[in-house]
Amino acid sequence: MEGKIVTERLNAFFGEVHAVKNVNMAIPANAITAIIGPSGCGKSTLIRCVNRMHEVVRGAKATGKVYLDGEDIYDPETDPVEVRRKVGMVFQKPNPFPTMTIYDNAVAGLRLNGEKDWSKLDGAAEDSLRLAALWDEVKDNLGASGVSISGGQQQRLCIARALAVQPEVLLLDEPCSALDPIATAKIEDLLFDLKDRYTIAIVTHNMQQAARIADFTAFMYLGELIEFGETKRLFENPEEELTEKYITGRFG
Amino acid sequence: MKSHNARKWRNRIASLLALGCVLVALVPLVSILIEVVSRGAPAIDWAFLTERTKSAGTPDSGIGNAILGSILLVGWGSLIGLPLGILTGVYVSEYGDNSFGRTARFFNDVLANFPSIVIGLFAYSLIVTVVGFSLISGAFALGIIMIPIVANTTEEALRMVPNSLREASLALGVPRWKTVLKVIISNGRSGLVTGALLAIARVAGETAPLILTSFGNSFWETGLTEPVAALPLVIFRNAMSPYADLQEQAWGAALILITMVLSLNVIVRLITRKRFKVAKAVKKTWKERLSLSG
Repeated sequence: MEGKIVTERLNAFFGEVHAVKNVNMAIPANAITAIIGPSGCGKSTLIRCVNRMHEVVRGAKATGKVYLDGEDIYDPETDPVEVRRKVGMVFQKPNPFPTMTIYDNAVAGLRLNGEKDWSKLDGAAEDSLRLAALWDEVKDNLGASGVSISGGQQQRLCIARALAVQPEVLLLDEPCSALDPIATAKIEDLLFDLKDRYTIAIVTHNMQQAARIADFTAFMYLGELIEFGETKRLFENPEEELTEKYITGRFG
Repeated sequence: MKSHNARKWRNRIASLLALGCVLVALVPLVSILIEVVSRGAPAIDWAFLTERTKSAGTPDSGIGNAILGSILLVGWGSLIGLPLGILTGVYVSEYGDNSFGRTARFFNDVLANFPSIVIGLFAYSLIVTVVGFSLISGAFALGIIMIPIVANTTEEALRMVPNSLREASLALGVPRWKTVLKVIISNGRSGLVTGALLAIARVAGETAPLILTSFGNSFWETGLTEPVAALPLVIFRNAMSPYADLQEQAWGAALILITMVLSLNVIVRLITRKRFKVAKAVKKTWKERLSLSG
Protein backbone atom coordinates (compact mmCIF):
# COMPACT_ATOMS: atom_id res chain seq x y z
CA MET A 1 0.00 0.00 0.00
CA GLU A 2 1.16 3.54 -0.76
CA GLY A 3 0.74 6.25 1.82
CA LYS A 4 2.45 8.65 4.16
CA ILE A 5 1.10 6.52 6.96
CA VAL A 6 0.34 2.84 6.56
CA THR A 7 -1.13 0.65 9.27
CA GLU A 8 -0.67 -3.08 9.09
CA ARG A 9 -2.80 -5.46 11.16
CA LEU A 10 -3.16 -2.71 13.75
CA ASN A 11 -4.98 -3.74 16.91
CA ALA A 12 -5.56 -1.51 19.91
CA PHE A 13 -6.81 -2.46 23.35
CA PHE A 14 -7.99 -0.77 26.53
CA GLY A 15 -7.41 -3.53 29.04
CA GLU A 16 -9.73 -6.28 27.81
CA VAL A 17 -11.62 -4.05 25.38
CA HIS A 18 -10.56 -4.56 21.78
CA ALA A 19 -11.04 -1.05 20.38
CA VAL A 20 -9.34 -1.29 16.98
CA LYS A 21 -9.46 -4.60 15.12
CA ASN A 22 -6.91 -5.58 12.53
CA VAL A 23 -6.94 -2.32 10.60
CA ASN A 24 -4.98 -2.07 7.36
CA MET A 25 -5.12 1.43 5.99
CA ALA A 26 -3.00 3.87 4.01
CA ILE A 27 -3.29 7.59 4.65
CA PRO A 28 -2.07 9.44 1.53
CA ALA A 29 0.35 12.35 1.74
CA ASN A 30 -0.78 15.95 1.15
CA ALA A 31 -4.44 15.13 1.37
CA ILE A 32 -7.17 15.21 3.96
CA THR A 33 -8.38 11.82 5.13
CA ALA A 34 -11.55 11.75 7.22
CA ILE A 35 -12.39 8.91 9.55
CA ILE A 36 -16.11 8.59 10.22
CA GLY A 37 -18.22 6.16 12.17
CA PRO A 38 -20.57 6.00 15.14
CA SER A 39 -19.37 6.80 18.69
CA GLY A 40 -17.13 4.14 20.16
CA CYS A 41 -16.16 2.66 16.78
CA GLY A 42 -12.47 3.17 17.51
CA LYS A 43 -11.79 6.07 15.16
CA SER A 44 -10.14 8.27 17.81
CA THR A 45 -8.17 5.31 19.10
CA LEU A 46 -6.96 4.60 15.58
CA ILE A 47 -5.42 8.03 15.08
CA ARG A 48 -4.01 8.03 18.61
CA CYS A 49 -2.04 4.93 17.57
CA VAL A 50 -0.46 6.94 14.76
CA ASN A 51 1.43 9.26 17.12
CA ARG A 52 1.75 6.76 19.95
CA MET A 53 -0.60 8.70 22.21
CA HIS A 54 -2.75 5.60 22.68
CA GLU A 55 -0.24 4.04 25.06
CA VAL A 56 -0.35 7.11 27.33
CA VAL A 57 -3.70 5.93 28.69
CA ARG A 58 -3.47 3.49 31.56
CA GLY A 59 -3.93 -0.14 30.53
CA ALA A 60 -3.86 0.69 26.82
CA LYS A 61 -1.73 -1.23 24.35
CA ALA A 62 -1.40 -1.65 20.61
CA THR A 63 -0.10 -4.46 18.40
CA GLY A 64 0.72 -4.55 14.71
CA LYS A 65 2.63 -2.05 12.65
CA VAL A 66 2.26 1.61 11.77
CA TYR A 67 4.64 2.89 9.11
CA LEU A 68 5.50 6.56 8.79
CA ASP A 69 7.40 7.04 5.53
CA GLY A 70 8.14 3.34 5.56
CA GLU A 71 9.51 3.25 9.11
CA ASP A 72 7.67 1.31 11.78
CA ILE A 73 6.87 3.70 14.63
CA TYR A 74 6.20 0.73 16.93
CA ASP A 75 9.72 -0.59 16.44
CA PRO A 76 11.26 -0.97 19.93
CA GLU A 77 14.12 1.27 18.74
CA THR A 78 11.76 4.13 17.91
CA ASP A 79 11.43 6.93 20.44
CA PRO A 80 7.75 7.90 20.81
CA VAL A 81 8.85 11.49 21.53
CA GLU A 82 10.41 11.70 18.04
CA VAL A 83 7.26 10.25 16.47
CA ARG A 84 5.12 12.89 18.17
CA ARG A 85 7.31 15.70 16.84
CA LYS A 86 6.65 14.49 13.31
CA VAL A 87 2.98 13.72 13.89
CA GLY A 88 1.12 16.60 15.54
CA MET A 89 -2.25 16.28 17.18
CA VAL A 90 -5.23 18.52 17.88
CA PHE A 91 -7.75 17.31 20.43
CA GLN A 92 -11.52 17.33 20.69
CA LYS A 93 -11.66 20.02 23.34
CA PRO A 94 -9.44 23.06 22.83
CA ASN A 95 -6.65 22.69 25.39
CA PRO A 96 -4.31 25.69 25.33
CA PHE A 97 -2.03 25.90 28.38
CA PRO A 98 -3.95 28.18 30.77
CA THR A 99 -0.86 29.55 32.51
CA MET A 100 0.68 30.63 29.20
CA THR A 101 0.04 33.59 26.91
CA ILE A 102 -1.14 33.25 23.30
CA TYR A 103 2.44 33.75 22.16
CA ASP A 104 3.78 31.17 24.61
CA ASN A 105 1.11 28.68 23.61
CA ALA A 106 1.95 29.03 19.94
CA VAL A 107 5.61 28.24 20.54
CA ALA A 108 5.11 25.97 23.57
CA GLY A 109 6.49 22.92 21.77
CA LEU A 110 9.67 24.77 20.86
CA ARG A 111 10.17 26.40 24.24
CA LEU A 112 9.44 23.24 26.23
CA ASN A 113 12.05 21.51 24.11
CA GLY A 114 14.61 24.13 25.02
CA GLU A 115 14.53 26.74 22.21
CA LYS A 116 15.68 30.02 23.74
CA ASP A 117 16.44 32.21 20.71
CA TRP A 118 13.78 34.93 20.85
CA SER A 119 14.10 35.93 17.22
CA LYS A 120 13.50 32.32 16.16
CA LEU A 121 10.58 32.06 18.56
CA ASP A 122 9.08 35.35 17.36
CA GLY A 123 9.29 34.08 13.78
CA ALA A 124 7.83 30.69 14.65
CA ALA A 125 4.99 32.29 16.61
CA GLU A 126 4.00 34.54 13.72
CA ASP A 127 4.39 31.78 11.10
CA SER A 128 2.34 29.24 12.98
CA LEU A 129 -0.36 31.74 13.95
CA ARG A 130 -0.62 32.83 10.31
CA LEU A 131 -0.81 29.21 9.17
CA ALA A 132 -3.62 28.68 11.67
CA ALA A 133 -5.38 31.79 10.31
CA LEU A 134 -5.33 33.35 13.76
CA TRP A 135 -2.60 35.99 13.38
CA ASP A 136 -4.82 38.88 12.34
CA GLU A 137 -7.17 38.28 15.24
CA VAL A 138 -4.54 38.06 17.99
CA LYS A 139 -1.48 39.96 16.73
CA ASP A 140 -2.20 42.95 18.98
CA ASN A 141 -2.96 40.78 21.94
CA LEU A 142 -0.21 38.15 21.99
CA GLY A 143 0.36 38.68 25.69
CA ALA A 144 -3.17 37.71 26.68
CA SER A 145 -3.81 34.39 28.33
CA GLY A 146 -4.27 31.46 25.98
CA VAL A 147 -7.68 30.80 27.49
CA SER A 148 -8.94 34.38 27.22
CA ILE A 149 -9.97 33.98 23.55
CA SER A 150 -13.08 32.29 22.14
CA GLY A 151 -13.38 28.51 21.82
CA GLY A 152 -12.88 28.61 18.05
CA GLN A 153 -9.82 30.82 18.43
CA GLN A 154 -8.48 28.52 21.14
CA GLN A 155 -8.80 25.55 18.80
CA ARG A 156 -6.93 27.42 16.06
CA LEU A 157 -4.31 28.32 18.66
CA CYS A 158 -3.96 24.60 19.35
CA ILE A 159 -3.52 24.01 15.63
CA ALA A 160 -0.86 26.75 15.55
CA ARG A 161 0.84 25.13 18.54
CA ALA A 162 0.90 21.79 16.75
CA LEU A 163 2.23 23.36 13.51
CA ALA A 164 4.98 25.34 15.25
CA VAL A 165 7.04 22.21 15.86
CA GLN A 166 6.93 21.62 12.07
CA PRO A 167 5.31 18.22 11.91
CA GLU A 168 4.74 16.34 8.68
CA VAL A 169 1.39 14.94 9.69
CA LEU A 170 -1.49 16.62 11.51
CA LEU A 171 -4.03 14.48 13.32
CA LEU A 172 -7.28 16.07 14.44
CA ASP A 173 -9.61 14.31 16.83
CA GLU A 174 -13.09 15.79 16.29
CA PRO A 175 -11.63 19.30 16.40
CA CYS A 176 -14.94 21.04 15.73
CA SER A 177 -17.28 19.12 17.99
CA ALA A 178 -17.20 21.87 20.63
CA LEU A 179 -17.47 24.75 18.15
CA ASP A 180 -20.29 26.67 16.47
CA PRO A 181 -20.82 26.54 12.67
CA ILE A 182 -18.89 29.76 11.98
CA ALA A 183 -15.83 28.64 13.93
CA THR A 184 -16.16 25.22 12.29
CA ALA A 185 -16.17 26.78 8.81
CA LYS A 186 -13.01 28.70 9.66
CA ILE A 187 -11.22 25.54 10.70
CA GLU A 188 -12.40 23.68 7.62
CA ASP A 189 -11.08 26.47 5.36
CA LEU A 190 -7.84 26.37 7.25
CA LEU A 191 -7.41 22.61 6.86
CA PHE A 192 -8.13 22.96 3.16
CA ASP A 193 -5.29 25.48 2.88
CA LEU A 194 -2.94 23.33 4.93
CA LYS A 195 -3.24 20.12 2.97
CA ASP A 196 -0.63 21.17 0.38
CA ARG A 197 1.99 21.18 3.10
CA TYR A 198 0.82 18.48 5.48
CA THR A 199 -0.75 15.09 5.59
CA ILE A 200 -4.00 15.52 7.48
CA ALA A 201 -6.19 12.94 9.15
CA ILE A 202 -9.38 14.12 10.82
CA VAL A 203 -11.78 12.16 12.96
CA THR A 204 -15.28 13.52 12.70
CA HIS A 205 -18.80 12.75 13.77
CA ASN A 206 -20.08 15.01 11.11
CA MET A 207 -20.54 13.34 7.73
CA GLN A 208 -21.19 16.64 5.96
CA GLN A 209 -17.86 17.82 7.23
CA ALA A 210 -16.11 14.77 5.84
CA ALA A 211 -17.90 15.24 2.51
CA ARG A 212 -16.93 18.92 2.42
CA ILE A 213 -13.23 18.76 3.14
CA ALA A 214 -11.87 15.22 2.84
CA ASP A 215 -10.18 13.75 -0.23
CA PHE A 216 -10.43 10.28 1.25
CA THR A 217 -12.80 8.86 3.80
CA ALA A 218 -12.59 5.81 6.01
CA PHE A 219 -15.69 4.33 7.62
CA MET A 220 -15.20 2.39 10.82
CA TYR A 221 -17.68 0.30 12.72
CA LEU A 222 -17.16 -1.61 15.99
CA GLY A 223 -13.39 -1.29 15.71
CA GLU A 224 -13.14 -2.52 12.17
CA LEU A 225 -12.31 -0.55 9.06
CA ILE A 226 -15.35 -1.25 6.87
CA GLU A 227 -14.54 0.82 3.84
CA PHE A 228 -11.89 3.24 2.64
CA GLY A 229 -11.87 5.24 -0.56
CA GLU A 230 -12.13 8.57 -2.28
CA THR A 231 -14.70 10.66 -0.46
CA LYS A 232 -16.94 11.29 -3.47
CA ARG A 233 -16.99 7.63 -4.41
CA LEU A 234 -17.58 6.47 -0.85
CA PHE A 235 -20.51 8.80 -0.29
CA GLU A 236 -22.12 8.43 -3.72
CA ASN A 237 -21.46 4.81 -4.40
CA PRO A 238 -20.52 2.87 -1.25
CA GLU A 239 -19.38 -0.68 -1.78
CA GLU A 240 -20.42 -1.97 1.63
CA GLU A 241 -23.98 -2.20 2.86
CA LEU A 242 -22.95 -0.97 6.33
CA THR A 243 -21.40 2.15 4.85
CA GLU A 244 -24.51 2.90 2.86
CA LYS A 245 -26.73 2.40 5.90
CA TYR A 246 -24.56 4.73 7.97
CA ILE A 247 -24.25 7.56 5.47
CA THR A 248 -27.95 7.48 4.68
CA GLY A 249 -28.80 7.55 8.35
CA ARG A 250 -30.54 4.18 8.35
CA PHE A 251 -28.57 2.69 11.17
CA GLY A 252 -30.19 0.16 13.50
CA MET B 1 -50.61 22.16 51.07
CA LYS B 2 -50.55 20.52 54.45
CA SER B 3 -47.52 18.40 53.57
CA HIS B 4 -45.81 21.48 52.17
CA ASN B 5 -46.22 23.22 55.50
CA ALA B 6 -44.86 20.26 57.42
CA ARG B 7 -41.88 20.10 55.10
CA LYS B 8 -41.19 23.78 55.62
CA TRP B 9 -41.17 23.29 59.38
CA ARG B 10 -38.92 20.25 59.23
CA ASN B 11 -36.56 22.24 57.06
CA ARG B 12 -36.51 25.11 59.54
CA ILE B 13 -35.87 22.84 62.51
CA ALA B 14 -33.02 21.08 60.69
CA SER B 15 -31.32 24.35 59.76
CA LEU B 16 -31.71 25.65 63.32
CA LEU B 17 -30.16 22.45 64.69
CA ALA B 18 -27.23 22.73 62.30
CA LEU B 19 -26.75 26.40 63.19
CA GLY B 20 -26.82 25.52 66.88
CA CYS B 21 -24.10 22.90 66.40
CA VAL B 22 -21.92 25.39 64.55
CA LEU B 23 -22.27 27.84 67.43
CA VAL B 24 -21.34 25.16 69.98
CA ALA B 25 -18.32 24.18 67.89
CA LEU B 26 -17.22 27.81 67.71
CA VAL B 27 -17.28 28.21 71.52
CA PRO B 28 -13.90 26.53 72.19
CA LEU B 29 -12.21 28.27 69.26
CA VAL B 30 -13.43 31.71 70.27
CA SER B 31 -12.71 31.21 73.96
CA ILE B 32 -9.17 30.03 73.19
CA LEU B 33 -8.58 33.12 71.11
CA ILE B 34 -10.04 35.43 73.77
CA GLU B 35 -8.04 33.74 76.54
CA VAL B 36 -4.75 33.81 74.62
CA VAL B 37 -5.16 37.42 73.53
CA SER B 38 -6.31 38.74 76.89
CA ARG B 39 -3.59 36.93 78.82
CA GLY B 40 -0.84 37.14 76.22
CA ALA B 41 -1.18 40.71 75.02
CA PRO B 42 -0.08 42.33 78.35
CA ALA B 43 3.16 40.32 78.21
CA ILE B 44 4.13 41.61 74.80
CA ASP B 45 6.34 44.64 74.41
CA TRP B 46 9.50 45.38 72.48
CA ALA B 47 11.80 43.77 75.03
CA PHE B 48 9.64 40.65 75.08
CA LEU B 49 10.19 40.21 71.35
CA THR B 50 13.90 41.05 71.33
CA GLU B 51 15.35 39.79 74.63
CA ARG B 52 16.31 36.22 75.39
CA THR B 53 14.53 34.04 77.92
CA LYS B 54 15.72 34.61 81.49
CA SER B 55 14.97 33.05 84.84
CA ALA B 56 12.00 34.01 86.98
CA GLY B 57 12.03 37.49 88.46
CA THR B 58 14.64 38.86 86.04
CA PRO B 59 13.51 42.06 84.31
CA ASP B 60 13.60 42.38 80.50
CA SER B 61 13.06 38.72 79.89
CA GLY B 62 11.80 37.87 76.40
CA ILE B 63 11.32 35.22 73.79
CA GLY B 64 13.48 36.64 70.98
CA ASN B 65 15.78 33.63 71.02
CA ALA B 66 12.77 31.29 70.87
CA ILE B 67 11.31 33.12 67.85
CA LEU B 68 14.69 32.89 66.13
CA GLY B 69 15.03 29.24 67.16
CA SER B 70 11.59 28.39 65.80
CA ILE B 71 12.39 30.08 62.50
CA LEU B 72 15.68 28.17 62.27
CA LEU B 73 14.05 24.85 63.16
CA VAL B 74 11.24 25.31 60.64
CA GLY B 75 13.68 26.64 58.02
CA TRP B 76 16.12 23.75 58.28
CA GLY B 77 13.20 21.35 58.62
CA SER B 78 11.73 22.73 55.38
CA LEU B 79 15.04 22.17 53.62
CA ILE B 80 14.69 18.49 54.54
CA GLY B 81 10.92 18.05 54.31
CA LEU B 82 9.86 20.17 51.31
CA PRO B 83 12.06 18.65 48.58
CA LEU B 84 11.43 15.11 49.78
CA GLY B 85 7.70 15.71 50.18
CA ILE B 86 7.24 17.48 46.85
CA LEU B 87 9.22 14.86 44.94
CA THR B 88 7.28 12.07 46.65
CA GLY B 89 4.00 13.75 45.67
CA VAL B 90 5.18 14.25 42.08
CA TYR B 91 6.22 10.61 41.86
CA VAL B 92 2.99 9.26 43.30
CA SER B 93 0.83 11.49 41.11
CA GLU B 94 2.72 11.27 37.81
CA TYR B 95 4.60 7.97 37.92
CA GLY B 96 2.90 6.10 40.75
CA ASP B 97 0.42 4.13 38.69
CA ASN B 98 1.98 0.83 39.76
CA SER B 99 2.29 -1.32 42.86
CA PHE B 100 5.31 0.62 44.13
CA GLY B 101 3.43 3.88 43.80
CA ARG B 102 0.45 2.47 45.66
CA THR B 103 2.73 1.16 48.41
CA ALA B 104 4.42 4.55 48.66
CA ARG B 105 1.02 6.24 48.99
CA PHE B 106 0.01 3.79 51.71
CA PHE B 107 3.16 4.34 53.78
CA ASN B 108 2.82 8.05 53.24
CA ASP B 109 -0.66 7.93 54.78
CA VAL B 110 0.66 5.84 57.67
CA LEU B 111 3.46 8.35 58.29
CA ALA B 112 0.97 11.23 58.15
CA ASN B 113 -0.91 9.72 61.08
CA PHE B 114 2.18 8.83 63.11
CA PRO B 115 2.25 10.37 66.59
CA SER B 116 4.84 13.14 66.39
CA ILE B 117 6.41 12.03 69.69
CA VAL B 118 7.40 8.76 67.98
CA ILE B 119 9.09 10.69 65.20
CA GLY B 120 10.87 12.70 67.90
CA LEU B 121 11.99 9.45 69.51
CA PHE B 122 13.30 8.27 66.15
CA ALA B 123 15.29 11.49 65.68
CA TYR B 124 16.54 11.13 69.23
CA SER B 125 17.91 7.64 68.74
CA LEU B 126 19.33 8.46 65.33
CA ILE B 127 20.90 11.89 65.88
CA VAL B 128 20.70 13.02 69.50
CA THR B 129 22.54 9.92 70.69
CA VAL B 130 25.41 10.93 68.38
CA VAL B 131 25.58 14.75 68.44
CA GLY B 132 23.42 15.49 71.48
CA PHE B 133 20.35 17.76 71.76
CA SER B 134 20.64 19.97 68.71
CA LEU B 135 19.04 22.18 66.08
CA ILE B 136 19.74 19.59 63.40
CA SER B 137 17.96 16.79 65.26
CA GLY B 138 14.90 19.00 65.81
CA ALA B 139 14.89 20.11 62.16
CA PHE B 140 15.20 16.48 61.10
CA ALA B 141 12.15 15.51 63.19
CA LEU B 142 10.10 18.45 61.86
CA GLY B 143 11.23 17.67 58.30
CA ILE B 144 10.00 14.09 58.61
CA ILE B 145 6.63 15.30 59.91
CA MET B 146 6.40 17.62 56.89
CA ILE B 147 7.07 14.95 54.24
CA PRO B 148 3.66 13.22 54.22
CA ILE B 149 1.74 16.51 54.51
CA VAL B 150 3.61 18.05 51.59
CA ALA B 151 3.48 14.83 49.58
CA ASN B 152 -0.30 14.56 49.97
CA THR B 153 -1.04 18.18 49.07
CA THR B 154 1.38 18.01 46.13
CA GLU B 155 -0.27 14.86 44.84
CA GLU B 156 -3.72 16.43 45.15
CA ALA B 157 -2.59 19.65 43.46
CA LEU B 158 -1.08 17.75 40.53
CA ARG B 159 -4.12 15.52 40.16
CA MET B 160 -6.21 18.67 39.76
CA VAL B 161 -4.25 19.55 36.62
CA PRO B 162 -6.47 18.39 33.75
CA ASN B 163 -5.24 15.38 31.82
CA SER B 164 -5.80 17.26 28.57
CA LEU B 165 -2.78 19.44 29.38
CA ARG B 166 -0.57 16.38 29.90
CA GLU B 167 -1.73 15.05 26.55
CA ALA B 168 -1.26 18.42 24.84
CA SER B 169 2.34 18.56 26.00
CA LEU B 170 3.17 14.93 25.19
CA ALA B 171 1.61 15.28 21.73
CA LEU B 172 3.98 18.18 21.02
CA GLY B 173 6.88 15.79 21.38
CA VAL B 174 7.80 17.02 24.85
CA PRO B 175 9.38 14.22 26.91
CA ARG B 176 7.51 12.99 29.96
CA TRP B 177 9.88 14.48 32.55
CA LYS B 178 9.79 17.91 30.91
CA THR B 179 6.01 17.71 30.73
CA VAL B 180 5.90 17.05 34.46
CA LEU B 181 8.46 19.72 35.30
CA LYS B 182 7.29 22.55 33.06
CA VAL B 183 3.60 21.95 32.37
CA ILE B 184 2.14 19.93 35.23
CA ILE B 185 4.03 21.57 38.08
CA SER B 186 3.61 25.06 36.64
CA ASN B 187 -0.14 24.52 36.39
CA GLY B 188 -0.33 23.14 39.92
CA ARG B 189 2.16 25.47 41.57
CA SER B 190 -0.27 27.44 43.72
CA GLY B 191 -1.38 24.11 45.19
CA LEU B 192 2.25 23.22 45.85
CA VAL B 193 2.92 26.52 47.63
CA THR B 194 -0.27 26.09 49.65
CA GLY B 195 0.81 22.62 50.76
CA ALA B 196 4.26 23.84 51.74
CA LEU B 197 2.85 26.71 53.81
CA LEU B 198 0.31 24.48 55.54
CA ALA B 199 3.07 22.01 56.43
CA ILE B 200 5.18 24.85 57.83
CA ALA B 201 2.23 26.11 59.88
CA ARG B 202 1.65 22.60 61.19
CA VAL B 203 5.22 21.92 62.36
CA ALA B 204 5.71 25.42 63.78
CA GLY B 205 3.51 24.36 66.71
CA GLU B 206 5.00 20.89 67.22
CA THR B 207 6.24 20.47 70.79
CA ALA B 208 6.65 16.80 71.62
CA PRO B 209 9.39 15.99 69.09
CA LEU B 210 11.34 19.10 70.10
CA ILE B 211 11.47 18.06 73.76
CA LEU B 212 13.44 15.03 72.60
CA THR B 213 15.60 16.82 70.04
CA SER B 214 16.28 20.57 70.07
CA PHE B 215 15.56 20.59 73.82
CA GLY B 216 15.48 24.36 74.33
CA ASN B 217 18.02 26.98 75.25
CA SER B 218 17.98 30.26 77.17
CA PHE B 219 20.65 31.80 74.96
CA TRP B 220 20.91 33.05 71.38
CA GLU B 221 22.15 29.75 70.01
CA THR B 222 22.09 29.10 66.26
CA GLY B 223 24.65 26.30 65.83
CA LEU B 224 23.39 23.20 64.03
CA THR B 225 24.78 20.85 66.66
CA GLU B 226 23.72 22.93 69.68
CA PRO B 227 20.41 22.85 71.54
CA VAL B 228 18.15 25.73 70.46
CA ALA B 229 15.13 27.51 71.88
CA ALA B 230 11.69 27.24 70.28
CA LEU B 231 8.34 28.92 70.92
CA PRO B 232 6.41 25.72 71.78
CA LEU B 233 9.16 24.73 74.25
CA VAL B 234 8.98 28.12 75.98
CA ILE B 235 5.20 27.74 76.29
CA PHE B 236 5.55 24.19 77.58
CA ARG B 237 8.21 24.93 80.23
CA ASN B 238 7.01 28.35 81.37
CA ALA B 239 3.38 27.30 81.68
CA MET B 240 4.42 24.54 84.10
CA SER B 241 6.58 26.81 86.23
CA PRO B 242 5.19 28.10 89.54
CA TYR B 243 6.20 31.73 88.83
CA ALA B 244 3.57 34.20 87.66
CA ASP B 245 5.94 36.17 85.38
CA LEU B 246 7.05 33.02 83.55
CA GLN B 247 3.43 31.94 83.14
CA GLU B 248 2.59 35.30 81.66
CA GLN B 249 5.49 34.87 79.23
CA ALA B 250 4.04 31.51 78.20
CA TRP B 251 0.78 33.25 77.24
CA GLY B 252 2.70 35.90 75.37
CA ALA B 253 4.65 33.24 73.47
CA ALA B 254 1.38 31.42 72.71
CA LEU B 255 -0.08 34.61 71.23
CA ILE B 256 3.02 35.12 69.05
CA LEU B 257 2.90 31.49 67.87
CA ILE B 258 -0.80 31.68 67.06
CA THR B 259 -0.28 34.93 65.17
CA MET B 260 2.50 33.36 63.09
CA VAL B 261 0.43 30.29 62.24
CA LEU B 262 -2.69 32.33 61.47
CA SER B 263 -0.70 34.64 59.16
CA LEU B 264 0.51 31.61 57.22
CA ASN B 265 -3.10 30.49 56.85
CA VAL B 266 -4.13 33.93 55.64
CA ILE B 267 -1.30 33.88 53.06
CA VAL B 268 -2.54 30.48 51.89
CA ARG B 269 -6.02 31.95 51.48
CA LEU B 270 -4.68 34.84 49.45
CA ILE B 271 -2.69 32.52 47.20
CA THR B 272 -5.61 30.23 46.47
CA ARG B 273 -7.75 33.24 45.66
CA LYS B 274 -5.06 34.71 43.43
CA ARG B 275 -4.91 31.54 41.37
CA PHE B 276 -7.35 32.95 38.87
CA LYS B 277 -5.55 36.24 38.52
CA VAL B 278 -2.31 34.69 37.28
CA ALA B 279 -3.24 35.11 33.63
CA LYS B 280 -3.63 38.84 34.09
CA ALA B 281 -0.18 39.20 35.61
CA VAL B 282 1.30 37.21 32.73
CA LYS B 283 -0.50 39.46 30.29
CA LYS B 284 1.16 42.52 31.73
CA THR B 285 4.70 41.19 31.57
CA TRP B 286 4.17 40.13 27.98
CA LYS B 287 2.86 43.50 26.92
CA GLU B 288 6.01 44.98 28.41
CA ARG B 289 8.24 42.59 26.54
CA LEU B 290 6.48 43.18 23.27
CA SER B 291 6.63 46.95 23.61
CA LEU B 292 10.35 46.71 24.40
CA SER B 293 11.10 44.62 21.35
CA GLY B 294 9.22 47.15 19.26
